[in-house]
Amino acid sequence: MKSGVVVFPGSNCDRDLMTALELVTGTKPVALWHADTEIPADLDLIGVPGGFSFGDYLRSGAIAARAPIMHEVAAAAERGTRVLGICNGFQVLTEAGLLPGALMRNEGLDFVCRDVALEAVSTDSPFTSLYQPGETIRVPVAHHDGNYQADDDTLDRLEQQGQVAFRYAEPVNGSARDIAGVFNENRNVLGLMPHPERMVEAAHGGADGRRLFEALLAALG
Amino acid sequence: MKARVTISLKPGVLDPAGRAVHHALEGLGFRQVSDVRVGRVIELDVAAGTTEEQVADMARKLLANTVIENFRVELL
Repeated sequence: MKSGVVVFPGSNCDRDLMTALELVTGTKPVALWHADTEIPADLDLIGVPGGFSFGDYLRSGAIAARAPIMHEVAAAAERGTRVLGICNGFQVLTEAGLLPGALMRNEGLDFVCRDVALEAVSTDSPFTSLYQPGETIRVPVAHHDGNYQADDDTLDRLEQQGQVAFRYAEPVNGSARDIAGVFNENRNVLGLMPHPERMVEAAHGGADGRRLFEALLAALG
Repeated sequence: MKARVTISLKPGVLDPAGRAVHHALEGLGFRQVSDVRVGRVIELDVAAGTTEEQVADMARKLLANTVIENFRVELL
Protein backbone atom coordinates (compact mmCIF):
# COMPACT_ATOMS: atom_id res chain seq x y z
CA MET A 1 0.00 0.00 0.00
CA LYS A 2 1.51 3.30 -1.14
CA SER A 3 0.45 6.46 0.59
CA GLY A 4 1.12 10.17 0.43
CA VAL A 5 0.52 12.89 3.01
CA VAL A 6 -0.27 16.45 1.95
CA VAL A 7 1.78 19.15 3.68
CA PHE A 8 0.43 22.70 3.87
CA PRO A 9 2.13 25.63 5.59
CA GLY A 10 0.90 25.19 9.16
CA SER A 11 0.28 21.44 9.01
CA ASN A 12 1.59 19.94 12.24
CA CYS A 13 0.33 16.35 12.29
CA ASP A 14 1.84 15.38 8.94
CA ARG A 15 4.77 13.56 10.52
CA ASP A 16 2.54 11.83 13.09
CA LEU A 17 0.40 10.53 10.24
CA MET A 18 3.43 9.44 8.20
CA THR A 19 4.88 7.67 11.24
CA ALA A 20 1.61 5.82 11.92
CA LEU A 21 1.26 4.83 8.26
CA GLU A 22 4.83 3.55 8.09
CA LEU A 23 4.46 1.69 11.39
CA VAL A 24 1.34 -0.15 10.25
CA THR A 25 1.93 -0.57 6.52
CA GLY A 26 5.71 -0.95 6.52
CA THR A 27 5.98 1.53 3.66
CA LYS A 28 7.17 5.08 4.08
CA PRO A 29 4.62 7.61 2.76
CA VAL A 30 5.66 10.36 0.38
CA ALA A 31 5.12 14.00 1.29
CA LEU A 32 2.91 15.95 -1.13
CA TRP A 33 3.63 19.69 -1.07
CA HIS A 34 0.59 21.99 -1.22
CA ALA A 35 1.87 23.86 -4.29
CA ASP A 36 2.49 20.70 -6.32
CA THR A 37 0.34 20.16 -9.38
CA GLU A 38 0.97 16.44 -9.68
CA ILE A 39 0.46 13.45 -7.41
CA PRO A 40 2.19 10.10 -8.05
CA ALA A 41 -0.34 8.02 -9.98
CA ASP A 42 0.27 4.84 -7.98
CA LEU A 43 -0.84 6.12 -4.57
CA ASP A 44 -3.46 3.98 -2.82
CA LEU A 45 -4.12 6.49 -0.05
CA ILE A 46 -3.81 10.25 0.33
CA GLY A 47 -3.73 11.62 3.87
CA VAL A 48 -4.71 15.22 4.65
CA PRO A 49 -3.25 15.86 8.11
CA GLY A 50 -4.14 17.93 11.13
CA GLY A 51 -2.73 21.31 11.97
CA PHE A 52 -3.50 24.94 11.31
CA SER A 53 -3.04 25.20 7.56
CA PHE A 54 -2.53 28.81 6.46
CA GLY A 55 -3.05 29.91 10.05
CA ASP A 56 -6.75 29.00 9.95
CA TYR A 57 -7.23 32.37 8.22
CA LEU A 58 -10.70 33.10 6.84
CA ARG A 59 -12.08 29.75 8.05
CA SER A 60 -10.28 26.59 9.16
CA GLY A 61 -9.20 24.75 6.02
CA ALA A 62 -10.60 27.37 3.62
CA ILE A 63 -7.32 28.51 2.05
CA ALA A 64 -5.80 25.03 1.99
CA ALA A 65 -8.87 23.69 0.19
CA ARG A 66 -8.03 26.01 -2.74
CA ALA A 67 -4.31 25.07 -2.87
CA PRO A 68 -3.09 23.61 -6.20
CA ILE A 69 -2.56 20.11 -4.76
CA MET A 70 -6.26 19.89 -3.87
CA HIS A 71 -7.22 19.77 -7.56
CA GLU A 72 -5.14 16.61 -7.76
CA VAL A 73 -6.58 15.21 -4.53
CA ALA A 74 -10.10 15.80 -5.85
CA ALA A 75 -9.23 14.13 -9.15
CA ALA A 76 -7.70 11.15 -7.32
CA ALA A 77 -10.77 10.86 -5.09
CA GLU A 78 -12.93 10.88 -8.22
CA ARG A 79 -10.85 7.95 -9.56
CA GLY A 80 -11.49 6.04 -6.33
CA THR A 81 -8.22 6.67 -4.49
CA ARG A 82 -8.80 6.55 -0.73
CA VAL A 83 -8.52 9.93 0.96
CA LEU A 84 -8.27 10.31 4.74
CA GLY A 85 -8.66 13.78 6.30
CA ILE A 86 -7.92 14.10 10.02
CA CYS A 87 -8.85 17.17 12.09
CA ASN A 88 -7.71 20.14 9.97
CA GLY A 89 -7.67 17.65 7.09
CA PHE A 90 -11.40 17.02 7.67
CA GLN A 91 -11.98 20.78 7.61
CA VAL A 92 -10.02 21.02 4.35
CA LEU A 93 -12.05 18.21 2.74
CA THR A 94 -15.39 19.82 3.66
CA GLU A 95 -14.16 23.21 2.43
CA ALA A 96 -13.04 21.54 -0.82
CA GLY A 97 -16.48 20.02 -1.28
CA LEU A 98 -15.16 16.44 -1.11
CA LEU A 99 -17.26 15.83 2.01
CA PRO A 100 -20.64 17.33 2.99
CA GLY A 101 -21.21 19.75 5.86
CA ALA A 102 -18.97 22.21 7.67
CA LEU A 103 -16.88 22.34 10.86
CA MET A 104 -17.77 25.30 13.06
CA ARG A 105 -16.45 26.72 16.32
CA ASN A 106 -16.95 24.29 19.24
CA GLU A 107 -20.23 24.89 21.01
CA GLY A 108 -18.45 25.63 24.31
CA LEU A 109 -15.99 27.97 22.50
CA ASP A 110 -13.05 26.18 24.14
CA PHE A 111 -10.23 24.34 22.41
CA VAL A 112 -10.89 20.70 23.33
CA CYS A 113 -7.81 18.52 23.81
CA ARG A 114 -8.35 15.12 25.44
CA ASP A 115 -9.09 11.47 24.77
CA VAL A 116 -12.76 10.94 23.93
CA ALA A 117 -15.03 7.93 23.53
CA LEU A 118 -16.20 7.30 19.97
CA GLU A 119 -18.82 4.93 18.64
CA ALA A 120 -17.97 3.16 15.39
CA VAL A 121 -21.11 3.53 13.26
CA SER A 122 -20.69 2.47 9.64
CA THR A 123 -18.07 -0.27 9.42
CA ASP A 124 -18.69 -1.12 5.78
CA SER A 125 -15.73 0.84 4.43
CA PRO A 126 -12.03 0.34 3.74
CA PHE A 127 -11.28 2.58 6.75
CA THR A 128 -13.55 1.10 9.40
CA SER A 129 -13.95 -2.58 8.50
CA LEU A 130 -11.97 -3.78 11.54
CA TYR A 131 -14.29 -2.08 14.04
CA GLN A 132 -17.56 -3.63 15.21
CA PRO A 133 -20.72 -1.57 14.63
CA GLY A 134 -21.57 0.12 17.91
CA GLU A 135 -18.14 -0.56 19.39
CA THR A 136 -16.73 2.15 21.65
CA ILE A 137 -13.12 3.19 21.10
CA ARG A 138 -10.93 5.89 22.68
CA VAL A 139 -9.07 8.34 20.46
CA PRO A 140 -7.78 11.84 21.23
CA VAL A 141 -9.24 15.06 19.86
CA ALA A 142 -7.46 18.43 19.71
CA HIS A 143 -9.51 21.09 17.99
CA HIS A 144 -11.28 24.43 18.24
CA ASP A 145 -13.50 24.07 15.18
CA GLY A 146 -14.90 20.56 15.35
CA ASN A 147 -18.60 21.31 15.60
CA TYR A 148 -19.99 19.40 12.62
CA GLN A 149 -23.03 21.03 11.03
CA ALA A 150 -25.13 20.38 7.96
CA ASP A 151 -28.78 20.93 7.09
CA ASP A 152 -31.31 18.34 8.29
CA ASP A 153 -31.79 16.82 4.83
CA THR A 154 -28.04 16.25 4.52
CA LEU A 155 -27.83 14.77 8.04
CA ASP A 156 -30.77 12.44 7.30
CA ARG A 157 -29.14 11.35 4.08
CA LEU A 158 -25.77 10.70 5.77
CA GLU A 159 -27.47 8.48 8.35
CA GLN A 160 -29.66 6.64 5.85
CA GLN A 161 -26.79 5.97 3.44
CA GLY A 162 -24.35 4.75 6.06
CA GLN A 163 -22.05 7.75 5.64
CA VAL A 164 -21.60 8.38 9.37
CA ALA A 165 -18.30 6.73 10.28
CA PHE A 166 -17.99 7.74 13.94
CA ARG A 167 -20.09 9.48 16.57
CA TYR A 168 -18.96 11.00 19.84
CA ALA A 169 -20.11 8.83 22.75
CA GLU A 170 -19.78 11.80 25.13
CA PRO A 171 -20.33 15.58 24.79
CA VAL A 172 -17.34 17.11 22.95
CA ASN A 173 -18.12 20.05 20.68
CA GLY A 174 -21.83 20.35 19.90
CA SER A 175 -21.71 18.48 16.59
CA ALA A 176 -25.06 17.79 14.95
CA ARG A 177 -26.18 14.26 15.84
CA ASP A 178 -22.82 13.78 17.61
CA ILE A 179 -21.09 13.22 14.28
CA ALA A 180 -17.31 12.86 14.58
CA GLY A 181 -16.51 11.55 11.09
CA VAL A 182 -18.24 11.12 7.73
CA PHE A 183 -17.67 9.38 4.42
CA ASN A 184 -18.47 10.62 0.93
CA GLU A 185 -21.13 8.65 -0.96
CA ASN A 186 -18.63 6.15 -2.37
CA ARG A 187 -16.96 5.74 1.05
CA ASN A 188 -13.51 6.22 -0.44
CA VAL A 189 -13.14 9.55 1.35
CA LEU A 190 -13.25 9.79 5.16
CA GLY A 191 -12.93 12.89 7.29
CA LEU A 192 -12.87 12.82 11.08
CA MET A 193 -11.96 15.25 13.84
CA PRO A 194 -10.36 12.71 16.25
CA HIS A 195 -6.74 11.65 15.69
CA PRO A 196 -6.41 7.88 15.11
CA GLU A 197 -2.72 8.41 14.25
CA ARG A 198 -2.11 9.43 17.87
CA MET A 199 -3.41 6.10 19.20
CA VAL A 200 -1.46 3.41 17.35
CA GLU A 201 0.89 1.89 19.94
CA ALA A 202 1.01 1.15 23.67
CA ALA A 203 3.19 4.18 24.37
CA HIS A 204 0.28 6.35 23.20
CA GLY A 205 -1.89 4.98 26.00
CA GLY A 206 -3.89 2.81 23.63
CA ALA A 207 -4.03 1.50 20.10
CA ASP A 208 -7.68 1.94 19.11
CA GLY A 209 -6.66 4.10 16.17
CA ARG A 210 -4.35 1.46 14.77
CA ARG A 211 -7.16 -0.66 13.34
CA LEU A 212 -8.14 2.15 10.99
CA PHE A 213 -4.72 1.89 9.33
CA GLU A 214 -4.77 -1.90 9.51
CA ALA A 215 -8.15 -1.88 7.76
CA LEU A 216 -6.69 0.27 4.97
CA LEU A 217 -3.73 -2.09 4.65
CA ALA A 218 -6.10 -5.07 4.46
CA ALA A 219 -8.20 -3.34 1.80
CA LEU A 220 -5.37 -1.94 -0.27
CA GLY A 221 -2.66 -4.57 0.19
CA MET B 1 -12.91 51.13 -6.37
CA LYS B 2 -13.94 49.14 -3.34
CA ALA B 3 -16.26 46.21 -2.87
CA ARG B 4 -17.60 45.02 0.43
CA VAL B 5 -18.70 41.47 1.13
CA THR B 6 -20.75 40.99 4.28
CA ILE B 7 -20.86 37.40 5.45
CA SER B 8 -23.35 36.14 8.00
CA LEU B 9 -24.34 32.75 9.34
CA LYS B 10 -27.49 31.35 7.80
CA PRO B 11 -30.60 31.60 9.97
CA GLY B 12 -30.92 28.53 12.16
CA VAL B 13 -27.18 27.79 12.24
CA LEU B 14 -26.01 27.80 15.83
CA ASP B 15 -23.59 30.66 16.52
CA PRO B 16 -21.56 29.89 19.66
CA ALA B 17 -19.55 33.12 19.35
CA GLY B 18 -22.74 35.17 19.00
CA ARG B 19 -24.15 33.49 22.09
CA ALA B 20 -21.02 34.29 24.10
CA VAL B 21 -21.14 37.93 23.00
CA HIS B 22 -24.83 38.02 23.93
CA HIS B 23 -24.05 36.73 27.44
CA ALA B 24 -21.27 39.30 27.83
CA LEU B 25 -23.61 42.12 26.79
CA GLU B 26 -26.12 40.91 29.37
CA GLY B 27 -23.31 40.92 31.92
CA LEU B 28 -22.72 44.60 31.10
CA GLY B 29 -26.38 45.32 31.80
CA PHE B 30 -27.65 45.54 28.20
CA ARG B 31 -30.90 43.71 28.78
CA GLN B 32 -32.63 44.82 25.58
CA VAL B 33 -30.68 42.40 23.34
CA SER B 34 -32.59 39.26 22.36
CA ASP B 35 -30.05 37.66 19.99
CA VAL B 36 -26.53 38.24 18.60
CA ARG B 37 -25.09 36.88 15.36
CA VAL B 38 -21.40 37.39 14.63
CA GLY B 39 -20.42 37.73 10.97
CA ARG B 40 -17.51 39.00 8.92
CA VAL B 41 -16.96 41.95 6.61
CA ILE B 42 -14.33 41.74 3.86
CA GLU B 43 -13.36 44.88 1.95
CA LEU B 44 -11.67 44.49 -1.43
CA ASP B 45 -9.86 47.03 -3.58
CA VAL B 46 -10.92 46.04 -7.09
CA ALA B 47 -10.29 47.29 -10.63
CA ALA B 48 -12.73 49.83 -12.01
CA GLY B 49 -15.53 48.10 -13.87
CA THR B 50 -15.56 45.04 -11.61
CA THR B 51 -19.13 43.81 -11.47
CA GLU B 52 -21.22 42.72 -8.53
CA GLU B 53 -21.44 39.27 -10.11
CA GLN B 54 -17.64 38.95 -10.24
CA VAL B 55 -17.39 39.75 -6.54
CA ALA B 56 -20.25 37.34 -5.82
CA ASP B 57 -18.23 34.69 -7.66
CA MET B 58 -15.29 35.37 -5.31
CA ALA B 59 -17.63 35.01 -2.36
CA ARG B 60 -19.04 31.69 -3.58
CA LYS B 61 -15.61 30.25 -4.39
CA LEU B 62 -13.70 31.37 -1.30
CA LEU B 63 -14.87 34.23 0.88
CA ALA B 64 -18.01 32.54 2.19
CA ASN B 65 -18.81 28.92 2.94
CA THR B 66 -22.30 28.68 1.48
CA VAL B 67 -23.00 25.49 3.44
CA ILE B 68 -23.39 27.62 6.56
CA GLU B 69 -23.08 31.26 5.48
CA ASN B 70 -24.98 33.84 3.42
CA PHE B 71 -23.25 36.82 1.84
CA ARG B 72 -24.15 40.22 0.45
CA VAL B 73 -22.04 42.19 -2.04
CA GLU B 74 -21.87 45.99 -2.25
CA LEU B 75 -19.85 48.02 -4.73
CA LEU B 76 -18.74 51.26 -3.06
